[in-house]
Amino acid sequence: MNIYADNAATTKMSDAAAEIMTQYNKEYYGNASSLYTLGQKAKEKLEEARCIIAGIINAEPSEIIFTSGGSESDNQALLSASENGKKNGKMHIISSAFEHHAILHTLKKLEKNGFEVTLLPVHENGIIHPDEIDAAIREDTCLVTIMTANNEIGTIQPIKEIGEICKNRGVPFHTDAVQAIGHQLIDVKEQNIDMLSASAHKFHGPKGVGFLYVKKGIRISNLIEGGAQERGKRAGTENLPGIMAMAVALKESADNMETANAHKSEIRDYIIKGLSEIPHSALNGDARMRLSGNVNFSFEGIEGESLLILLDMKGISCSSGSACTSGSLDPSHVLLAIGRIHDVAHGSLRLSLGEEITLEEADYIISAVKEVVEYLRGISPVWRDLVSGKREFIL
Amino acid sequence: MALYSEKVMQHFLHPQNIGIIEDADAVGEAGNAKCGDIMRMYLKIDDDVITDVKFETFGCASAIASSSMATELIKGKPVAEAAELTNKAVAEALDGLPAHKMHCSVLAEEAIRDALENYNKNKENKP
Ligand SMILES: Cc1ncc(COP(=O)(O)O)c(C=O)c1O
Repeated sequence: MNIYADNAATTKMSDAAAEIMTQYNKEYYGNASSLYTLGQKAKEKLEEARCIIAGIINAEPSEIIFTSGGSESDNQALLSASENGKKNGKMHIISSAFEHHAILHTLKKLEKNGFEVTLLPVHENGIIHPDEIDAAIREDTCLVTIMTANNEIGTIQPIKEIGEICKNRGVPFHTDAVQAIGHQLIDVKEQNIDMLSASAHKFHGPKGVGFLYVKKGIRISNLIEGGAQERGKRAGTENLPGIMAMAVALKESADNMETANAHKSEIRDYIIKGLSEIPHSALNGDARMRLSGNVNFSFEGIEGESLLILLDMKGISCSSGSACTSGSLDPSHVLLAIGRIHDVAHGSLRLSLGEEITLEEADYIISAVKEVVEYLRGISPVWRDLVSGKREFIL
Repeated sequence: MALYSEKVMQHFLHPQNIGIIEDADAVGEAGNAKCGDIMRMYLKIDDDVITDVKFETFGCASAIASSSMATELIKGKPVAEAAELTNKAVAEALDGLPAHKMHCSVLAEEAIRDALENYNKNKENKP
């Protein structure tokens, strides 16, 4: 059985998105900046895609800037807000400890450039308390950036409440909605969002395409200088086939959202229930306020990379927050942020389900994980010490 | 998986000498759970020759493969020879490890050395 359960890493392109991308590569290959008909046709289609996307998140088309994806959008949002802040002598930014590295590393860079960053705690359940945002805002705060949903543990943040606080306090609010958009309802007006990052490949669109929503009135700084594309805010010949495929994929996801979420959350809860039967294991992140496809567990006494490779051998693609998979010595900063200690964070497993997931596949996943965890515990000196009482169980 | 050599995958999927020796003459350990790797080696030694060796490992695929390969390399060897085992020899026998996984082979070397040190200490303490 082959099961792709890593949709938080990336998704398979939908047929409609793949088809329109091929079609546009062949038919609308003109440069949208060219004046002849072929170029103007491309320009027209580009604006059509912008309208589709703006409509879905309740923004104006002129508030959408096409980018190369989530990382670029995050970088540009933070750069813009920080430059705006600096002009007014405001050099304080509020964010959270479990943001994506596209945010955290950019914040590190800003810190080197004199900005002060407050990273709010995300608590044991992986959810930020809006009142803590309120308390952290200062005279010199130029930005609050909080992700809509976390990419590892899938917890959904009270974005609307946070946005409202920021609005009342007069601080711009950016949200990295890369994991949420297409899977959760986004309405930038209703949710008081000033800037929002999105990436097509997380909702069955192509890789390397995304967008940044910026509310009218907020000054944008360029990451990429050059031509006058995107109203001069992002140079480079537009990737029209990719952009239209993103629009098509987002439309499909938005139309399909309720059905997909109902199905995925049912299977998610079924898998959570199944994996909870494994002794000394724990779900990471709030059980209810989480993305419909996200399952994230820690299993005591084992290490995640071997778990994930053995599951791969059984046809299951998934991911882990262990240090060995993150390429550093530390396990996932997200799991550490919700208070999991290193030993337990290493033994984590993330399954992110797609809408095609079946109950039969869920059963296969549950039994495969149980089998592999049992095997790895059987060869683990840590597990031996836990069982013999030489080491204390944490979970 | 292209991340690892075939040899690593072979030893990860079918580790040799896995388990424990109840009446081991020496036990050694390296690594810590905080970093995500712990290896424990159990040696049976007769006349300064390693007659049996078993291991338990908490860690990634290359840690498990390194332990497996290291035990193969010292099984049946005189203690003095086993003490010379280097992490490089382990990594080479596995047809190489990714750069950021070399520490796994170091742990294997350290776990064996720790076991042999414990063995020598015990020997000295014996009447
Ligand atoms: C929350 C979050 N932000 C940003 C990104 C980066 O997106 P992209 O890969 O499109 O640059 C990702 C994807 O890994 C993500 O999950």
